Amino acid sequence: MLDAAESYVTEDGRTIGGVVMEMKNITLRFGGVVAIKDISFDIREGEIRAIIGPNGAGKSSMLNVISGFYVPQEGEVWFHGAKRPPMKPYEVARQGIARTFQNIALFDGMSVLDNVMTGRLNYMKAGMFQQAFWKGRAEKEEVENREVVEKIIDFLEIQAIRKTPVARLPYGLKKRVELARALAAEPKLLLLDEPMAGMNVEEKEDMSRFILDVNDEFGTTIALIEHDMGVVMDLSDRVVVMDYGKKIGDGTPDEVRNNQDVIDAYLGVSHD
Amino acid sequence: MSQTAAQTSSGAGQLMSVPALLERNATVHANRPAYREKEFGIWQSWTWKQTAEEIEALALGLLNLGVAEGDFIAIIGRNRPSLYWSMVAAQSVGAVPVPVYQDSSAEEMAYVLDHCGAAYVIAGDQEQVDKVIEVKDQLTNLKHMIYVDPKGLRKYDHHQLHQYSHVQEQGRAARDEFSDDLAARKAKLTYDSICVMLYTSGTTGRPKGVVLSNRNVVESAKNVSMFDKLTEKEDILSYLPMAWVGDFIFSLGQSYWCGFCVNCPESEDTMMTDLREIGPTYFFAPPRVFEGQLTNVMIRMEDAGKLKQKMFHHFLAHAKKVGGLILDGKPVGMMDRLKYRLGDLLVYGPLKDTLGYGRIRVGYTAGEAIGPEIFDFYRSLGINLKQLYGQTEATVFITVQPDGEVRADTVGVPAPDVEIKIDDKGEIHYRSPGTFVEYYKNAEATASTKDAEGWVATGDAGFIEESSGHLRIIDRAKDVGKMASGAMFAPKYVENKLKFYPDILEAVLFGNGRDRCVAFINIDLTAVGNWAERNNIAYASYQELAGHPRVLETIRNHVEAVNASVAQDEMLSGCQVHRFVVLHKELDADDGEMTRTRKVRRRIVEEKFADIIAALYDGSEQISTRTEVTYEDGRKGAISATLTCVDAKVQSPMAQQVAAE
Repeated sequence: MLDAAESYVTEDGRTIGGVVMEMKNITLRFGGVVAIKDISFDIREGEIRAIIGPNGAGKSSMLNVISGFYVPQEGEVWFHGAKRPPMKPYEVARQGIARTFQNIALFDGMSVLDNVMTGRLNYMKAGMFQQAFWKGRAEKEEVENREVVEKIIDFLEIQAIRKTPVARLPYGLKKRVELARALAAEPKLLLLDEPMAGMNVEEKEDMSRFILDVNDEFGTTIALIEHDMGVVMDLSDRVVVMDYGKKIGDGTPDEVRNNQDVIDAYLGVSHD
Repeated sequence: MSQTAAQTSSGAGQLMSVPALLERNATVHANRPAYREKEFGIWQSWTWKQTAEEIEALALGLLNLGVAEGDFIAIIGRNRPSLYWSMVAAQSVGAVPVPVYQDSSAEEMAYVLDHCGAAYVIAGDQEQVDKVIEVKDQLTNLKHMIYVDPKGLRKYDHHQLHQYSHVQEQGRAARDEFSDDLAARKAKLTYDSICVMLYTSGTTGRPKGVVLSNRNVVESAKNVSMFDKLTEKEDILSYLPMAWVGDFIFSLGQSYWCGFCVNCPESEDTMMTDLREIGPTYFFAPPRVFEGQLTNVMIRMEDAGKLKQKMFHHFLAHAKKVGGLILDGKPVGMMDRLKYRLGDLLVYGPLKDTLGYGRIRVGYTAGEAIGPEIFDFYRSLGINLKQLYGQTEATVFITVQPDGEVRADTVGVPAPDVEIKIDDKGEIHYRSPGTFVEYYKNAEATASTKDAEGWVATGDAGFIEESSGHLRIIDRAKDVGKMASGAMFAPKYVENKLKFYPDILEAVLFGNGRDRCVAFINIDLTAVGNWAERNNIAYASYQELAGHPRVLETIRNHVEAVNASVAQDEMLSGCQVHRFVVLHKELDADDGEMTRTRKVRRRIVEEKFADIIAALYDGSEQISTRTEVTYEDGRKGAISATLTCVDAKVQSPMAQQVAAE
């Protein structure tokens, strides 16, 4: 087992750093329903960490705990070596965590560009009056932020839809726009909630490519939820497997693939 | 005459190479824009002076990397200023630029790079670099590779790989060391030095490397620029493959000759938006671009409000009546003129703006025949769209249409300094200053194409119309055949008529040596897909839509209409389509069924789909088939389908013969 501060180099030559986020004995309940039961795992700097599991396993709840949207009844979230107190989502965002949603949450009537610009919110300091009258630092900020956004648009190859209202886009592209918006926040930790749900093979391949590129190019740490096993195994460095709110596996894709509990959860067991 | 034309008389003596033209532009047009490229959402621009500096830095960098005179430098990527500069930088150091089709597969690329023995490759991005690396073992001459866009390439082995901007930096740093050498190499360039080598797409066999000299390029660019009175004020959009001779002449030859600005789109997908933003004054496109735009306009009009639709159709009908005449300067009544003006204000003007044709002075279409209705549509809006006929071996221009003498069915009169003759078999031959030097390492092919007096056989059959002196093209000479009855078989003639329907993307006619003709049809997914949506027809794939009974019915109506029109032509009435299938896949260059410039490779299609052709002739109702397809990344797969053979009505006189059988 690696030490929390130790780093290592992967087969494809990427350096994975020490632990940036650690979940310690998390339990999350909604009334009498236990969504997550005593789960612990960590996320290392620069890695792609997947959380998988069948429907209803508690994956999205887990992501919401990481993003600070849910506060667990028991357990602790440690981020950059400090225990994180309960926070408002915008405070979490300021810590450098950005996310995408399973059921796309974009502003439908706004253009792709404007949607991605909203990801820069934390970098805009000009007040309402300055913004409204285009005075003071408002203009300078807009230009700077637009530059960052344009580089992301170029990176994700969505130049052609820059001015298109999001509502008119097909599903696969909306997902990409969501990724763009999350990237616009220049996150240190990027959370992706089922980035490939409902996509066809080609769209999945594109999305996988972009996720790898983001990780490679910006060194962003990525935690993602996905239930397409094939994709997860190809993408991630380490995988947490959940079933009925419990952790049933944790390790490299190969370790997880050969874990009997995981096989049972995915393929089912006979009850005779 | 324009300012540029005036300069030519004084300076033509020294302007014998592209680098020499660059030097002139950097002085005469120093602060005029030479290149624009949209990047990160903003149009970046470079003046001629800046361009000259960029090219010089790269040329010095190439010397620093050890480029020798006569080396071949392959250039692969989408249209970007940096790649155009690469070509001129290569010429400046006495090397030969070889632009390669960016969508070629790794194997196709290997053939070209190996054939010319490229010592250097300048690639646009990771995709192209990957392809070259894949086939590197076959390329014994390859020394260094340079890439423009570093995305994804950071971790590659950089022993032989260099970033474009670094090469330039090193070049600037080594200026003192190499500037004399560079000046000396530039001074050695003459009219007979090689300007560029372009590989023909080749409808048959392997591509051939066409060697063009500075004389070919500069003379051709000069002649046609003067013919169309182009000046340094033109703006063009460069979006056609850089490996294609047309782009080389328009974006490089003519741009450097006149000193006008080359605009490069942001990406392939944004071409239409960028076209609108730039509003080129001089424009070149193959017919499919015009067809695609017209289809889009019509689709969008169907979604528009009732009033708008009414206005659109009313004024369009008026434009059809008088627009072309006004453009040609023919007499038109006062009222009609006023109404056309009003139409321009309400419909034509905004429409042209949307299409990006608001400022166009001269537009050309070539490569394939354009549908007369499409052609007339654009002309009626007041867009000076013309046709030309040319090929790589002629440095594009063989014939062009002069202003005021434009027709859909001819390709114009011989371009300045071009001589034309038709041999006794009907094949067109030409001789001009643009006539290519040779096919590289292929003396045999050179000899069989170009005779001792410099006449080149085009491989196209055609005739010169007595009344107007315009050339008319019938078909590729080798495709023209005879049917069993002895009647003439000219597939293109029929295919073009079919392709003029927006629903039909591609058609291939068979019938050489047979008693009747059959056809393959490819539907146009944009047009038919929209129609399906409108009619609540659900479909999951191209294949399913292509096989839908109502689609087949629509296509059958088109085929029968074409039959009726073909029957009018006495010589070709035998070419009516008796039966057809709508293919389950689009004909594709990746599968070898088309060339990279999207011309059908008839023989390959015939072999590959032999089972379907057999079914069309033996009267089967349906045919089950399995076709191998190649994906863009080179992997192979197969699709199976059951196709319905559809009978189409044919008109007399063929009908009588069928009855007699």
